[in-house]
Amino acid sequence: MLAPEQNWWKPMDRLEKTWLTVALVWCIFLTIMMPLWYFQGKQNVPTETYRTTPQQYAVTVNEFVAKYQIGEESINGIPFPVVAPPAGSDVYIRASAWQWYPILQLEKGKEYRLHLSSMDYNHGFSLQPVNINLQVLPGYDYVATITPTSSGDFTIVCNEYCYLGHHTMVGKIIVK
Amino acid sequence: MATLAPTFPWVKGAKDDYRTCPVLTLKVDMHAERLIIANAVMAVLTLTIGGIAALLIALTRWQTFHLLDATWFYRLLTLHGIDMLIAWMVFFEIAGLHFGSTVLLNARHAAPKLAWLGFILMTIGGLTANVVVLFDPRNTVAYTAYMPLKASPVFYLSYILFAVGALIAVATFFINIVVAKREKRFEGSMPLVAFGFMTAAILATYTLLQGAAAIVPAFLWSMGVISSFDPGIYRNFFWGFGHPAQQVNLAAMISIWYSLAQITVGIRPVNEKFSRLAFVLYLFFINLGAAHHLLGDPGLSFAWKAVNTSYAMYLAVLGSMMHAFSIPAAMEVALRAKGYRKGLFGWLRNAPWKEPGFSALVISIVIFGWVGGVTGVVIGTEQINMLVHNTMRLPGHFHATVVSGTTTAFMGLTYYLIPLIFRKELKLKKWAVWQPYIFGGGMLLLSLGMITSGLQGVSRRNWDITFAGVVPGTVELTLAIFGIGAILAVIGGIMFVTVVFVSVLTGPRTEANKLLLVSGDGNPVLESTKLTDHMMEDKQNQPRGAFVLVFAFLVWFAVYYFTNWWLLGRTWFIR
Ligand code: HEM
Ligand SMILES: [Cu+2]
Ligand SMILES: [Cu+2]
Repeated sequence: MLAPEQNWWKPMDRLEKTWLTVALVWCIFLTIMMPLWYFQGKQNVPTETYRTTPQQYAVTVNEFVAKYQIGEESINGIPFPVVAPPAGSDVYIRASAWQWYPILQLEKGKEYRLHLSSMDYNHGFSLQPVNINLQVLPGYDYVATITPTSSGDFTIVCNEYCYLGHHTMVGKIIVK
Repeated sequence: MATLAPTFPWVKGAKDDYRTCPVLTLKVDMHAERLIIANAVMAVLTLTIGGIAALLIALTRWQTFHLLDATWFYRLLTLHGIDMLIAWMVFFEIAGLHFGSTVLLNARHAAPKLAWLGFILMTIGGLTANVVVLFDPRNTVAYTAYMPLKASPVFYLSYILFAVGALIAVATFFINIVVAKREKRFEGSMPLVAFGFMTAAILATYTLLQGAAAIVPAFLWSMGVISSFDPGIYRNFFWGFGHPAQQVNLAAMISIWYSLAQITVGIRPVNEKFSRLAFVLYLFFINLGAAHHLLGDPGLSFAWKAVNTSYAMYLAVLGSMMHAFSIPAAMEVALRAKGYRKGLFGWLRNAPWKEPGFSALVISIVIFGWVGGVTGVVIGTEQINMLVHNTMRLPGHFHATVVSGTTTAFMGLTYYLIPLIFRKELKLKKWAVWQPYIFGGGMLLLSLGMITSGLQGVSRRNWDITFAGVVPGTVELTLAIFGIGAILAVIGGIMFVTVVFVSVLTGPRTEANKLLLVSGDGNPVLESTKLTDHMMEDKQNQPRGAFVLVFAFLVWFAVYYFTNWWLLGRTWFIR
């Protein structure tokens, strides 16, 4: 708090130097881990994105549902189409206040190109219990190439605040 | 005693107005004193409002109580974010800037009128934000107000007023420094603490400008002047403001760490160069941190995310790791020099644990580093972020940083401002002794409860997570840990506010006659100037204990880091 002595530019002593070196090495390691996992790991944040508009995206989703719908199931009393697209294809989920539409039925171990976009606000795609979390924005068609490695019923929670009904926004993915 | 130059350089013949602090032997300009008091009072007031909201939202998220209805929950969540993260933090920091640019430099406040203008704008902005959030349901948009969620124009206007006020106040910091330098109020380099505050001020300046880039378009859009604004760009600008703002908090907190360490144990920085370099690292590298909030966003490449979150950031992390050693080390050297040399940790056993400034300092450093820092780096790792984004692990992280760390440090310093700046005797000293432990302990539980709930998929900002029916039964346990922590922390908060207001509002004004509040009559700040190079370099006084502690920290850091990669490796394949 008081003024320093006039000449404070002194060499660091042994302990400081050692800690500085170790900390620097650790920081460099932290930096390298990310590209390493990018090339070697199986879980990376999707980057593929296209511009879209809510109107355009809604049309695509409706065509998709019409083509592959196999049934209907309700979530919190609201009926949703269940859609079973072929493995390897483009699959779509539409976020809007406060629904994830439609319900997808996928196959375990198969790869899908999952498109996510919003009709209105920011929403948060939070797939439970596998705990994958991505941001969904209007105007952006976000493509995640996913391979389910477990089967069962999975819930999509909205984890970006999207106004008063936010907590009611729940969706579903079924993996056979 | 040399007289100070006129306080109003533009008013000829105006009288100078200052007193000399009998404890620190520094000159205190009366304009600066009044500004510090006003800003500190507003800080504590907003902390109180934010704290009431905190209790209510915490008892709502603790599923066993589930107190509020959804509308009130989201409304008070918005209020809590604004009053705590924006108002309490910034008002207190502005008080700190006025202190750092005058008292610490033995200098006068060169632009008090401007500073009051800033204060008034901030107050109007802050009050307006509170009112419109409470009374207009359109403004329940959370403090982030992500477009295209549309609040009323007044909401954005209140942000703008507050930010302009803060910018003006920060400007007076630089004016003061320049004037002090020109009038030769201090010689050579400025003290380390003031240097740290300058780092905070520089960061604050471009932080606030970035904020304008997000909020001004939002304001125009809410008025219908512009028809749309890209929601992704809004997020980028918003966090261009929101993230560096956390580094302002960080730099201010670390400056206060150095102050508290000097006030309570009389440290002399082991190596000034080392500490200053660490501040400079913040300046250069932390501005890219906006990426931390966008790691799960569409439209951004891996390279952009990784470079911004890492390269830059880890050098900023390096800065923090340097302070994490240099402060405990300086404390150890100072205590060893007093003769507490037994073993590795004898100095710790003999430290003034009853002195609130000391306990607040230690709690702040430990929780900030071990919980906040470690979880922060892990969350900021590009791929791991996918497991964490918008889950309860996020508020778990920042209640360890900006609350357990920064808020506790601010509280600790406030106890010393009361005798030194408010010139009131500190009342309820027993409460002050216990307060840091109760607040810090509660916050630690709260953070751990949030983090462990988030690990199980509980999302943040969510009124009723059981709605989705996905959370496992163990969440009840982790939410109970969180809830008990919240209640303890709120009790700690009430104790703090009570001590402050009872001290400030009762009893006569008296000049302080000693520095320490409970642990004796010593004056560590003055004693610290007597620490000679010889004592600092004495073999017996080397900070071996602190050195062991930072390595233990590194081991824990590595364990948590790799556990998270392991967790990531178990989830679905995604790219
Ligand atoms: C008495 C102490 C406190 C308690 C019990 C508390 C509790 C909480 C709770 C329950 C939430 C909501 C979490 C969620 O649902 O996502 C929250 C959010 C938050 N808190 Fe605190 N808090 C306290 C103090 C503070 C302080 C001192 C600060 C800032 C300096 C702070 C900053 C925040 C912020 C920024 C949020 C996020 C708001 C949002 O998501 O919009 N809190 N807090
Ligand atoms: Cu949503
Ligand atoms: Cu939502």
